[in-house]
Amino acid sequence: MKEHLVSLPEAAPFSLWRLHARSLLAAGIAPEHIVWRSSSGQDDLFSQPDPSPETETSKPQKISRNCLLFLETLLCHANPEKFSLAYRILWRSRRERSLLKTGTDPDIVMANRMAHQIGREVHKMKAFVRFREKTPQGSNTRHFAAWFEPEHHILEKAAPFFARRFTDMNWMILTPKGSVGWDGETCVVTREACTRTIFEDEAEALWKTYYRSIFNPARVKVKAMRSEMSPKYWKNLPETELIPEMLAQAARQTW
Amino acid sequence: MKRTFSEKLAILSDAAKYDASCASSGSDRRGSKKEPGLGSTERSGICHSWTPDGRCVSLLKILMTNFCIYDCAYCINRVSSGVERARFSVEEIVWLTMEFYRRNYIEGLFLSSGIIRSSDYTMEELVRVAKVLRLDRGFRGYIHLKAIPDASPDLLAEAGLYADRLSINVEMPTETGLTQYAPEKDSIGIRSAMGHIRKKMDATKEKTLAGRRPPRFAPGGQSTQMIVGADAATDQDILSSSSALYSDYRLKRVYYSAFSPIPHASQALPAQKPPLLREHRLYQADWLFRFYGFQFQEITENRPDGMLDLEVDPKLSWALDNRAVFPVDINQAPRELLLRVPGLGPRSVKVLLATRRHKTIRLDDLERLRVSIRKIRPFITTPDWRPIKLIDRMDLKSLFAPPPQQLSLL
Ligand code: SF4
Repeated sequence: MKEHLVSLPEAAPFSLWRLHARSLLAAGIAPEHIVWRSSSGQDDLFSQPDPSPETETSKPQKISRNCLLFLETLLCHANPEKFSLAYRILWRSRRERSLLKTGTDPDIVMANRMAHQIGREVHKMKAFVRFREKTPQGSNTRHFAAWFEPEHHILEKAAPFFARRFTDMNWMILTPKGSVGWDGETCVVTREACTRTIFEDEAEALWKTYYRSIFNPARVKVKAMRSEMSPKYWKNLPETELIPEMLAQAARQTW
Repeated sequence: MKRTFSEKLAILSDAAKYDASCASSGSDRRGSKKEPGLGSTERSGICHSWTPDGRCVSLLKILMTNFCIYDCAYCINRVSSGVERARFSVEEIVWLTMEFYRRNYIEGLFLSSGIIRSSDYTMEELVRVAKVLRLDRGFRGYIHLKAIPDASPDLLAEAGLYADRLSINVEMPTETGLTQYAPEKDSIGIRSAMGHIRKKMDATKEKTLAGRRPPRFAPGGQSTQMIVGADAATDQDILSSSSALYSDYRLKRVYYSAFSPIPHASQALPAQKPPLLREHRLYQADWLFRFYGFQFQEITENRPDGMLDLEVDPKLSWALDNRAVFPVDINQAPRELLLRVPGLGPRSVKVLLATRRHKTIRLDDLERLRVSIRKIRPFITTPDWRPIKLIDRMDLKSLFAPPPQQLSLL
């Protein structure tokens, strides 16, 4: 049987992958005959699947809502393996009804792990975005912007949290994977890469004062801190530049 | 001398750091889309940062003032301590909370205070901060207020209207400890305030005769803290105290705070490093109670001196003392028993229960779930694994305990 080559950008939205998957499934093409290649660049972002495999007579495939939601999450992952893994799960779940619940199946173990990483990063984004104020003169709403660097494509998942919380101000969260913005009424998410912009905010000095003072130098537990607040986030967290000095001071203290 | 805002912030947050709680969880879920205002709460809470002491920063945790007329020996703010003093106005706290919140530094405010003038006066000021935040600024983030011992029930009721969580610290695990170290506080007063808070919380769940719902009251529940290692209480004393606190007052959390040497310490206290490992073991025991179906009493009943084993965690320690329960059949055992197996947590138990309905679980299935085979093996059976006598080995514990510490050169 001939190999099918599907080329998708790594950042392809779920809807695009689904178009391909649907027609491959309808044509009865097994996972082992498909090569999913992740293309670079954004040119393919709007490419349509090869219409040839789909035939008029093919029956629509019934896939449970749970399964679709799960695959949608999976597609947020940065690992390009996600395309073939998602298709394999889709393919198998038609026959193996309880596949998703078989937590020890190798595909499901892998997928659960990826979904877990995504969930965790959404949580960390809610925690580690730091807004800086940038209100234009004469404006009566306050404006804020933040720079954040997620590993996965999680902006759609994290956006509702920010929109529910920071309603009475204007804000933008810029990231290399896109942006989220709020103008007081609507929340807009894009997948266009942004460039890093940093500006000063006076309140940051108070935040650092607080961070330094709430630390108890008699109980240093650096490992616990690092496992919850991974150093990969540090460069965008203003308070973390104080850590070396705080630790040095704690070491000088004798009890 | 007049202090700057930043100097006051440094003093008042430094004074608050001995309170372990910083949780922002457990409240009702709300947002600001429908009504004007700022803020929301998530059921599970968010930690926005971690300090190098391994503690999470979720709330702006400060004292309104660190002046205090009381003289609790363990406290840096007691009247006889030489610490620098400061006080924030209601407006200053409100402003700072809002500004920190807008920048996504925090989930909200945890406000406590030294006692000035009287308990009622102090409580009134704390309540005023919460009221201004909620009513004047439309703040919908998290608010945790410390209930001042002996404040009037009316003030507590008002605090519950605006706060998500109320807490009052029992401070010492036993009554003797409290009389010894906090002569002005009495445990009956503290417990009656807790009882009062509990009654108010229970009441919000029932409708009145007229069919009306009683007013909101601290939907995030109440919590408390005990200081560990300042007095002579054993872990068994501490845990039985927790047991009573959880059941009598339906507390959301009991926090254990390793007594940490404070500057200007009272002579009555041990000048030693905080017993962090002991604190950690107490949290693990607490965790076993809250999520694993253990009773506190079981956890310490085999410990000769009433102290938890520092070498191995309390769950493993329990398993080693109760070997007759094992090995457990992974494919047959009920959930409660699976949760007793060292190396299995609630999450992996959930996966196992779901999976074994469709297929038989073997050792390599467990490996794929990233369960530590080395740890779990002596305690389980699967179709392809049976621990022959391993469970009877006298030296079983040494398979788990960390190697003895090398003598430090210094
Ligand atoms: S009443 Fe509170 S602030 Fe005052 S000394 Fe006692 S513990 Fe410290």
